[in-house]
This record gives sequence, C-alpha cells and structure tokens, in this order.
Amino acid sequence: MHIPDGYLGPATCGFFYALMLPIWTAAAKIVKKTLKAKQVPLLAIGAAFSFVIMMFNVPIPGGSTGHAVGGVLVAILLGPWAACIAITVALVVQALLFGDGGITAIGANCFNMAFVLPLTGYYLYKVLSYNAPLDSNRRVWAAGVAGYIGINVAAFLAGVEFGLQPLLHHTADGQALYSPYGLHIAVPAMAGEHLLIFGWIEAIVTALVIKFLQRQAPELLKEGRG
Amino acid sequence: MKITTKLWIGLGALIVLSPLGLFLPEHFKAGAAWGEWGIDEIKKLAGYVPKGLEKLAQLWNAPLPDYTFKGWEEKGLSHLSFAYIISAIAGMAVTVMVVLLIGKLLARKGK
Repeated sequence: MHIPDGYLGPATCGFFYALMLPIWTAAAKIVKKTLKAKQVPLLAIGAAFSFVIMMFNVPIPGGSTGHAVGGVLVAILLGPWAACIAITVALVVQALLFGDGGITAIGANCFNMAFVLPLTGYYLYKVLSYNAPLDSNRRVWAAGVAGYIGINVAAFLAGVEFGLQPLLHHTADGQALYSPYGLHIAVPAMAGEHLLIFGWIEAIVTALVIKFLQRQAPELLKEGRG
Repeated sequence: MKITTKLWIGLGALIVLSPLGLFLPEHFKAGAAWGEWGIDEIKKLAGYVPKGLEKLAQLWNAPLPDYTFKGWEEKGLSHLSFAYIISAIAGMAVTVMVVLLIGKLLARKGK
C-alpha cells in the first residue's frame, strides 16, 4: 500500500500533504497533552514494530504481495494520535532510506496508513470492547475486527487515489500520465486483495498481540486515550 | 522481566525472521504489490509507460533501495536476506531514535 513516486499526479500529492499538515499538528498537540514520559519507549517499540511488520510481504500465489501495518495495534495501546506519529515516522524512514513509498506520496501514504487506519481501528475497537473486562476474549475479537476493518478502509482509499489519476491527468489521446488504471480496476484490486488476504494478516497480528498483552501486561490495555 | 524488555526481544525475533518477507513471495511466484511496479513491469502491464510516471519515478535515490544494497538486486536469496536483515536493523534503529526524540519533546515529564 506504499504508493511510489510517479503514481500520483502533483495535484493529488499536494492535496494530501496539505491535508496531513493540520493532522500532524493536531496529533502533536494532542499527544503533548496525553502522552506520559513513561509511555515513550512503548511508542518507539510500536513504531519499530510497524516498520518491521511491513517488511513481511505476504504473497498471493502467482499474483501480488501485501503486508500488515500494525497501526491499529499501536492505536489500541497508545491512542490514535500517538499511533499517527509513530506510523508517520516509520513511513517516512521507509520512503527516505529504502525508497518504499514515494517522497511525493508521503502525504497520501500517511493519510491512508498513519491517520485513517489507526483512527478507524481505534474507535471500532473502543465500541466493540466497550465495558469488556481486560482479560476477556471480546477484547481479542474486537482487536482483530478493528485491524481488519482499519487496513481495509486504508486500502480502499489507496485504490481511490490510484484510480482517480487517469481521470485527473491524461494526454489528448487518452494515455494516462501517472497511475494508468481507473477506479473500476484500482479499487477492486486494492480492496479485493485486502478483504481476501492482507486484512486477515492485520487482524491476526493485532488480535494475537492483544492476547499476549492480556496475559503479560494487562495494565497496558486499561486505557488508550488519544 | 519488564514487558518492554519482552517486546524488544520480540522485535529482535521479527528482525531475524524478516527474510520470510522475501522467501514467501519468491516461493509462491508473487510479484510486486499492486501499484508498486517498476518501469519495466508497468510497460508490460499497461502497454506503455505513462510520461509523468516515468519522470517522477526516478525522483529519489534511496541509500538502501528495496531493503538491499545498491548493485545487489540480482544476487541470490541468501545475500538479499542478509541485506534485508541489515535494512530492518537500520530502519528500526532510525525509527526508534526519531520517535524517542519526538517523545522527549512532546511527552509530559515525571508521569
């Protein structure tokens, strides 16, 4: 889901940078109010986890690959705004050092994976685990569902961003200037592979870590305020 | 053992296991992620290379492109796995340092 350089036109790139600026500012303000100094190491662990879990490319035999993001997990533990910052750092490092995701697409990639994904997953988890005891199975299920939905909403948005490009930028004879596939191909491709395969990876990863933490450190599940 | 210590150990295990992210796609003959094709692949898929894409695609020269060393792209899986692990360590180290720095600037002290 790391949109590379060249796939999004300048208008889309600029739009998402402009959209992310106030989001990053808000995230910094909220985290400044809510994050305790003793939670900072956990935030660093969360960012590193997200970084490395994205390296676990899962294949669709004979087809494409994809991966989990881990963003919903970080949001459950530290809140969606702290998760936004952690995932943003991971995505920027991936783009700058490893060319994974474009420089021009950092705004869009962060909107999908560092903002919408953790925010959606976090609030869904809150609703589904409402009033559930810390050690209950409902929390594990809620985490899995939140991970599945969170990554799928992000993938759907990435599909829309890809798919809009031929409409926005094309030559007189109809050749696309940037990503060549329209909405009717990009959205089903991105949404479909995440609904069928990669969404389940995010679900399982999120649920398993929550299960592990229930046994090892239930206090971490007490609150994940923004 | 503190929970953070356990989680750091978990991250270490993930670093060691990370080449699975190379081996599994290779074994199942899976290609790039959707929408993350190189110029050659996109020419095959779409029949042409979009002009703007061609220009922008080369915009950034990453020091460890695709989690390997420059010039190692054609080496075997064992070399690529080694580079992948080094990349994981380097990337996670930078990520951790940046987040710790941001955390230090933002977080409430003494709580």
